[in-house]
Formats: sequence, structure tokens, C-alpha cells
Amino acid sequence: MKLAVVSAGLSQPSSTRLLADRLAAATVRAEEMDVETIDLRGHAHHLVDAMLSGFASQDLKPVLDSVAEADGLIAVTPTYASSYSGLFKSFVDVLDEEAVAGKPVLIGATGGTARHSLVLDYALRPLFTYLKAIVVPTGVYVASEDWAGTTLAARIDRAGAELAREMAGREKTVAADPFTDPVSFEDLLGGR
Amino acid sequence: MQFGIFGVGDIAVDPWTGRSPSEHERIRNMVEVAVKAEEIGMDVVAVGEHHNRPFVTSSPTTILGYIAARTSRIILSTSVTLITTNDPVKIAEDFATLQHLADGRVDLMLGRGNTGPVYPWFGKDIRDGIALAVENYALLHRLWREDVVDWEGKHRTPLQSFTATPRPLDGVPPFVWHGSIRSPEIAVQAGYYGDGFFHNNIFWPKEHTKRMIDLYRGQFERYGHGPAGQAIVGLGGQTFMRRESQDAIEEFRPYFDNSPVYGGGPSLEQTMRETPLSVGSPQEVIDRTLRFREDFGDYQRQLFNVDGMGLPHKVVLEQLDIMGEEVLPVLRREFASMRPLAPTHESRKS
Repeated sequence: MKLAVVSAGLSQPSSTRLLADRLAAATVRAEEMDVETIDLRGHAHHLVDAMLSGFASQDLKPVLDSVAEADGLIAVTPTYASSYSGLFKSFVDVLDEEAVAGKPVLIGATGGTARHSLVLDYALRPLFTYLKAIVVPTGVYVASEDWAGTTLAARIDRAGAELAREMAGREKTVAADPFTDPVSFEDLLGGR
Repeated sequence: MQFGIFGVGDIAVDPWTGRSPSEHERIRNMVEVAVKAEEIGMDVVAVGEHHNRPFVTSSPTTILGYIAARTSRIILSTSVTLITTNDPVKIAEDFATLQHLADGRVDLMLGRGNTGPVYPWFGKDIRDGIALAVENYALLHRLWREDVVDWEGKHRTPLQSFTATPRPLDGVPPFVWHGSIRSPEIAVQAGYYGDGFFHNNIFWPKEHTKRMIDLYRGQFERYGHGPAGQAIVGLGGQTFMRRESQDAIEEFRPYFDNSPVYGGGPSLEQTMRETPLSVGSPQEVIDRTLRFREDFGDYQRQLFNVDGMGLPHKVVLEQLDIMGEEVLPVLRREFASMRPLAPTHESRKS
């Protein structure tokens, strides 16, 4: 199995990336799989280029493909202005519409205060529901104080185990390709 | 192999002078560019259709009719004619009329158009875009081939015992190219009818263009029109040339940077790496164009965009001079072995 991990953290080192790594490790502990981690910072310019040109450059294409081809996805963003960051949303906007449909997804977010903890359920969860992903029940929000707390590890383990279980129990869904499996023109003529 | 020019009649500011042409100037200049294209030995001139600013080409058959009177050899075509928002009855009649005026040197490219607000101006809805392209063309196809048509569909009033007049010249319907940038349904449509397929590959990487063309070729074969290699493919291209490569880049860069399509995005250099845009010496443009054959196989029509983005009329005419003197002779020689040839009125008459 293949797990794609997307982190929208901007600083170096990044607490968002740290959360993404810990979630990935917890998932791998529950079920053996290959992990590919994508730091969006390195693709920020390519993402804007893709929005303006209408296609993903040769640098960006493999990144989008690795998400589309994965069996599961961990998506982690910092909280900006009470939502996912613009860079995170730009990445989602550039993904193929069907790229995560039917795919198990674990959502995570970091923030400066616990008052933003509902960003997961008010911003990330509806976004991935719209994309027809299978969002696992436990999402992990980490405020500054949580890094010093004692409960974070248990929440991460629980989320990772849920994702691993969902990935193991699910046939990989592959989006239909209109080029290799085109519509029948008789159907189009018949208004179907 | 046919070579030609295509454009959409955009009005844009020339970043070097801050000046933009009036609608009157732009329309008159398009005619002069077409006349010049014939002079330098081009085979095709194609005019786009747009109904919103900054474009002036809302009535391509009017412009083409005038060009027909000023030329004698060049094929008059479109890039594109909107099959979604135009009544197919009117398309059938307009292009048959043009055939008679131009003694048959007429074909057309059909496309859907992609701007939502335009559809309701013609009583249509962009959500029906594919359905309109399918139904309207099915009717258009019959109107040119059957003298009396009874017809009923979803998107216009039924027809009873209707005859589109005038009938196509010599009983030969204008050859149709279906143009689509990214709708696989349209590549399937072109293959179903055994018509031509034009991919306007400017702005797009070759992987995407290849997928569209391969789909069309496969459908052409699937629907019994012959082997995939016999399908009729057209491609776009965009060029700007000066004798020295660096001069071309320097002169063109402000047009690129101010373009509503290119501006603000990937750099000119990156765009040239990833799309067909070719700015440089004549030899560089030749080399870039020759690569199309390697990427997509033998093809039948190559159209260049040379007059957009605010380039002044004088510069456009210079570009065509360079094209005629240095580029076309080489491309004709290098592409001479490509088969099949594009259909013409004469070839389809016999």
C-alpha cells in the first residue's frame, strides 16, 4: 500500500510537518506501507503557475500523480485566519477533481490556540467530503500547548490506526479515464 | 500538408507604444493579413468567432466573404464556429453561401466556446454545451447532405420538409474539423463522423495534446473510417521571429508579459519549454514545428497564430514575410512525405 502525506507548513522546522510525520508514523505502525511526503512549500510557485496556465508543469505533475495514485492520504495544514492556509487550498484546487474520491483521508491541523480546534470539522472535513473522500472519524488538531501535553500521542495513534484500518479494508479506487475508456457516441447522440 | 494562419481578432494594447487599434482598424487589418498569407504561399486562413470584448470577430462569414473577393487560392476557414450557440440551420446556409462565392475553397472548424455568459445571449445554457454540440452537428450534417429534412430534437424547434438553401456547391458539404482543447467527447464526435480533428495545442503541454489526438485517431478507426493513421489532424502553433534569437525574445517579451493568457504565469522561457510557443530565429521555429510530427505523427494542417496580443500590423506583415521566405519552404520540404493529405473541395468532389 502507498500513503501520501501532504504538509502545508511554511516554516523550517515546521510544526505542521512534525504533526504530519507523527501521523504517518502512527499509520505505518498499524499497517506496513510506503510513505511519500510532500512539503507544499517547495511547490508554491508551481501551484500558482498551474492556476494561471491551466496545466501542471513537469515539476508539479509527479506530485499530483503521487496523491492520485496513493491508497490513502494524510493532509495537514496550519490554521490561517480560522481556516486551512491558502497554499493548502491551492494544492487542493489544482488536484484533479476525482483524485481523492473514495480514498481514505486523515485530516490534521496546527494552530496557535485551542480556540481554532474546530477548523478540522468546519473547514477540512467539508472540503474532503465535497471531494468524495472517506474522511476517518478522528482528526488531529494540535495547538501550541498540546505539544507539551500528555494526550497528543494517544490521539495520533488512534487517528493513524483508523486510517490504516480504512486503507487495508478498502479496494483502491481508480478514477475512470475518459481517454482510455471513452464515452460511446451512440450514447451521446441518444442524449445519455 | 496545409499551412495557414488562425486568429481570434483580439484587440490588445501594444505594450511598446501603449496604443491599441480601433475595431475598424483591426477588422481591416485582418483582411490584409489574410491577403498577405495568400501572397506568401499559405494554404488556409481561419477566423475565430467571439461575441465579447476584446474580440472583433462576431461575424466570421462576413469577414471571410470579403477575404474571398480579395483572394483566389487560399482556403477560408474558421477557428472556431460556435456549434453550440449558432443555429445549425444558419451555419448550413452561411457556409454553403460562402462556398458558392469562393468557388469551394471553404471549410470550417466547429467548437463549443467556453464562456458561460455568452450562451444566454443566444438563448442557450453552457451546461448543455456538449449536448448542443452533439445535437446541432447531427442536424447540420444532415442539412448539407439531404435535400429535404424532417427533424426533431431537444434544443430547437422541429423541422418539417425543410431544405437548407443554397445547397452545398457541387453537392459537396464543407469539410468539418472539430476543435476541442480538452473535451474527450468532441474527439469522439470527430472520430464518429470521420471528420477532421483540430487540437489548438498552443498553451498546452504535448502530453495533453497527444492524449486528445490519440483518442480521436482510435475513434476514427473504431467507427470504420479507416486505420487510425488515416485520420485527419490539425494543430496550432504560435511564433515570433527575428533573425537573431535574442532580438525576438526581447521584442516579444512585453507582449507575452502583458497577455491576458500568458501574463503573470510561468516565464516566457518556461512556457516555451512546456508549450508550442516558439519565439526565436526562423531556424528555431522550424525545429520546434518539426517536433510536432515526432510528438503526434503525420498530420494534415498546421495553423500559426501570428497577429494577436497587440502586435502592430506592420510587425505582423513582417512576420509573414519571414514565414514565407525562410520557414514555409523548409517545412514544406520536410513535411512533404506526410500522409494522408487534408481533404479539399476538389479532392472530395471526385
